[in-house]
Amino acid sequence: MTFRKYLVLAGVTLFAASGDSMLSHGMKQAGAISLGHPQGLILAVLNPWVAAGIVLLLAFFASYTNALSWADLTYVLPATSLGYVLLALIARFVLHEHVSPMRWLGIALISGGVGFVAGGPALTTHPPDPLLASAARNGAPTPPEVHSGARS
Amino acid sequence: MKQVYTWGGIVVIVVASVIGDVLLARAMKQVGDVHELWQSRGLWTVVGRTVRNPNFFLGMVAMAFSFFSLLFALSWGDVSLVAPAAASLTFIGNAFAAKIFLHERVDRRRWIAAFLVAAGVALLAG
Repeated sequence: MTFRKYLVLAGVTLFAASGDSMLSHGMKQAGAISLGHPQGLILAVLNPWVAAGIVLLLAFFASYTNALSWADLTYVLPATSLGYVLLALIARFVLHEHVSPMRWLGIALISGGVGFVAGGPALTTHPPDPLLASAARNGAPTPPEVHSGARS
Repeated sequence: MKQVYTWGGIVVIVVASVIGDVLLARAMKQVGDVHELWQSRGLWTVVGRTVRNPNFFLGMVAMAFSFFSLLFALSWGDVSLVAPAAASLTFIGNAFAAKIFLHERVDRRRWIAAFLVAAGVALLAG
């Protein structure tokens, strides 16, 4: 794990949490949208909070797919859940809202779960070597260790 | 009867969301380490390889399906049940799916993490 990879995981957490909260704030301003009046959806996108939320969620998606390119799904997913913890902490210490004991327990459980995963390896599968794969496609000779038929 | 619809909706959301995550994870493993690829071949190679990957496309379809099922389920059931139940069960479902379909080594450490996170999300998202 390099510093850059931790930065990508931090991006996954931060963009998910900030994008979700901006989107939900904007949608509450925009009001309910019914299936009969889909034009409400277009008006909602013009709301600056909704627009900012969409941009942040696109950034989340970019960092999420980036992380999945070098880490296991079961390694990246707990990082997305840290966003819930972040939102609850913001609610408590920035917005001075009341956070119930059950929610504190939730924060503790998620943090514990993330700690468990972060202590282990990021990647446990072995993706095929892209250089060998492309060499095979181009008709290059296969590596010598493949020709092990004459061992007996 | 309404409860059956609500839980049916939750199951559909979870299954679609797990399928989406697994396909996306598989697609990105096929694309390869994005950072290395970006440095050696440039950003457009990364974007091109990603969007041309069939698993990526199918994963997006599954995620969009999951998102719209969530919207429908929210109109049938309580937000305080649907949102945490779907989010939390997706973590458990993903641990199983990652082990079976992606051949990730989901050891005891990761099982404990999946259940802790699922319980925590259920408490927080409610």
